[in-house]
Amino acid sequence: MSEGHSTYTPKTGLGRWFDARMPLPRLVYDSFVAYPVPRNLNYAWTFGGILSIMLAAQILTGIVLAMHYTADTNLAFGSVEKIMRDVNSGWLLRYLHANGASFFFVAVYIHIFRGLYYGSYKAPRELLWILGCIIYLLMMATGFMGYVLPWGQMSFWGATVITGFFSAIPLVGDWIQQLLLGGFAVDNPTLNRFFALHYLLPFMIAGVVVLHVWALHVVGQSNPTGIEVKSKTDTVAFTPYATIKDAFGMIVFLFVFAYFVFYLPNYLGHPDNYTVANPLKTPAHIVPEWYFLPFYAILRAITFNIGPINSKLGGVLCMFGAIVMLFLVPWLDTSKVRSAVYRPWYKLFFWLFVADAILLGWLGSQPAEGSYVFMAQMATLFYFAFFLVALPVLGLIETPRRLPNSITEAVLEKNKGGSGHPAGATAAPETKG
Amino acid sequence: MKKILTSLALVGLVAAGTAAFAAEEAHNAAAPTHFPIDEPKEMSWSFTGPFGTYDKAQLQRGLKVYKEVCSACHSMNLVAFRTLSDLGYNEAQVKTLAAGYTIHDGPNDAGDMFDRPGKPSDHFPAPFANEEAAAASNGGAAPPDMSLLAKARGVERGFPQFVFDIFTQYDAGGPDYIHSLLTGYDQTPPAGMVIPEGTHYNPYFMSGVSLKMPKPLSDGQVTYDDGSPQTVDQYARDVSAFLTWAAEPHMEDRKKMGFRVLVFLLLFGALVYLTKRKVWEGVAH
Repeated sequence: MSEGHSTYTPKTGLGRWFDARMPLPRLVYDSFVAYPVPRNLNYAWTFGGILSIMLAAQILTGIVLAMHYTADTNLAFGSVEKIMRDVNSGWLLRYLHANGASFFFVAVYIHIFRGLYYGSYKAPRELLWILGCIIYLLMMATGFMGYVLPWGQMSFWGATVITGFFSAIPLVGDWIQQLLLGGFAVDNPTLNRFFALHYLLPFMIAGVVVLHVWALHVVGQSNPTGIEVKSKTDTVAFTPYATIKDAFGMIVFLFVFAYFVFYLPNYLGHPDNYTVANPLKTPAHIVPEWYFLPFYAILRAITFNIGPINSKLGGVLCMFGAIVMLFLVPWLDTSKVRSAVYRPWYKLFFWLFVADAILLGWLGSQPAEGSYVFMAQMATLFYFAFFLVALPVLGLIETPRRLPNSITEAVLEKNKGGSGHPAGATAAPETKG
Repeated sequence: MKKILTSLALVGLVAAGTAAFAAEEAHNAAAPTHFPIDEPKEMSWSFTGPFGTYDKAQLQRGLKVYKEVCSACHSMNLVAFRTLSDLGYNEAQVKTLAAGYTIHDGPNDAGDMFDRPGKPSDHFPAPFANEEAAAASNGGAAPPDMSLLAKARGVERGFPQFVFDIFTQYDAGGPDYIHSLLTGYDQTPPAGMVIPEGTHYNPYFMSGVSLKMPKPLSDGQVTYDDGSPQTVDQYARDVSAFLTWAAEPHMEDRKKMGFRVLVFLLLFGALVYLTKRKVWEGVAH
C-alpha cells in the first residue's frame, strides 16, 4: 500500500528547502493525507485513531498530575486528595486520567476484538499484530502501577496480590518479587519505583505505537472483507475520507468518556481505594481494576494441583498463558479466509468467545467460592479451547462463503443489495458483522 | 447490526443465567455469609442526577450534627474550615467557626508547642492525638476518618443493577449506606444469631452482623433552628449529605461543566457527521 511514489510536491520555497534537507512534511503528507485506505472500512476501524488520542490525553493529564503528586507512603494519599480539593481543576485532571485509563482499555479491547473478528492478524500483518500485543502488555503494566499510586487500600492490596504471583515461579520467583517490590513487602521503595515506571512506560508505549503505525503503513489496513487491495478503485485517500470518519468516531467515543468523567467518575473504581492503605487490615474482597478481571478469574480458577505444578503456579501459568495465546493467534488460525464475515462457524465461536470473556470478567469480580469457581473453570476451559482448538480446527473443516473478487466488487454488490438482485440477501454480509 | 444485537442478547442471557445459578445458595438467617444483611435504602438526594446540587441548609444542619455528635470520635483531616464557605457561610462566619476550635501548633520561636484559636486555613482538628489513641478509646477499632467516608463506602450493586446504574447515574451508594447504617440500629437480631460482646447489631453494616460503634443518634439530640424535624432519620440524611460534600466538594462544578461538555460534543459531533456525509457522498463504501 505504501508502494508507489510519493505524490508530495512542496508549494512554497520554504517547503522545497525543507524537503531537500529533512522531508518530514513529506512523511506526514504520505502517511496521513495521500495514504490510501480501503474504501469499505467501517467504524470498528476508527479505534486506532481513538487509541492515539487517549494515549496523548493520558500523557498530558499524567504529566500535570505528576507535578502535584508525592510518591511517599506517608504523603501519597494526601497529595492525591490535595489535587482533588485544592489544585485548580485538579479534580478534572484526576478524573480524566483515572477514567481515561479505563476508556483506553475499552478502546483497546474493541480494537483487539475487531482484529480477531476480521482476521487482521493474518499474513502479512503478523508483526503488526504482535506489536499491538506488546502495546497491550505495556498498557497492563502501566495501568496496574498507576492504580497503586493513590495508595488506597485496593492500591496496596492489589499490588500485594499481583506481585505475589511472581513468587510462584520456581527458583527465581522470590528474587523477582523482591526486585519488583524493593523489599519483602509492598512499601515505600515499591511506591517509588512504580511511580518512576508509571512515568516511563507510556513513553515506551508511544515508541511501540510508532512501530505499530510504521508496520501498518507498510502492509496497509485490512478491511471488513479481508480481501487485499487490488486496484486504485479499492481505496480512497486517508484525508479527507478516513480523517473525517475517524473524527466522528472519536467524538462519539469522547461523548461516552465525558459522561463517565463528569457524571459517574467513581463508577469504574472501587470505594476501598478512598481509604488510605493499611498493611494491617485486609479488605474483604481484593479486586483488581475491571480490565484485569477476566485474567484474575482465570488465575483463581486453578484450584487444583497438576502433577508437580501446584495450584498457585498453575493459576499464574494459565493467567500469563491467556495473554500468550494472543501472541500466537496468527499461527493458530489455519483458515485461508481472513474475515469472519465469510466464516459462519468462526463467527459463532467468535461471539461465544466475547460472551466468555465478559463472563470471566464478571466472575473475576465475584468471590472465588461456591459455584463461581466451577463456572470460572468452565469459562477458562472455553477461553483456551477457542485459541487452541477452535482457531486451528475451524480453519480446516469450515466451508467459507463465496468471497467477492475485490473490495470494489463487494461494495458495488452491497449497494445493489435489496433491489431484486438474486444474491441480494447475501450480497453484503460484511456490513452485518 | 442485527447480528451484533442478537449476540449481545445472547451474552445477556448467559450472564443472567449464571447470576441466577449463583444466587441459589443456602440461606440461613442466624448465620449470614454475605453482608450487609439488608441492602441500603435508596433515598432521594438533592445532589444526584445530571443537574444535582447540594442543599446548603441541609449541609449546614449536617455540619451541626458532625460537630455535636460525630466529631467526638471521628476526625475529618482533609477538610479545611475555609471550604465551609461552600455551605453558604460568609467570610466572617467561617472565621468565627474556625476560631471556635483550638489548634495545637508549633514549635514557636522558643521551640515550644502551643495552642491557638483556629484560622480558616486550618483543617478540622482530630479528636484523638493518633490512631493508637483513637483505637484504645474505642474498644480496639479506630473510628474511620470522615473526610472521604461517603466515597469510601458503598455496597456492591450486583448484576443487573450495575448496568442500570450507568443510565440512572446512581452515584449515592455512599450516602445511602451511611443513612441506612445510622437509622439501622435498635433492631432485634434473628433468633440464634451470636452478637459478639461489645458490638451492636445492625443489618446494614457491610462487614459483619454488628459493629463497635453504638447507636450514635437519638431523636431530639441536636437542636435545629430552621424548623427541620429533629429525628434520627433527618439527622442521618443531613449528615450523609454533609459527608458527601466533604468527600466531593467540587461536585456541582463537575456536573455543570459536564453538561456543557456533552452539549458541545453533541453539536460538534452533529456537524462533523454532516461533513462526513458530504465528503463520502458519491463514494460507494
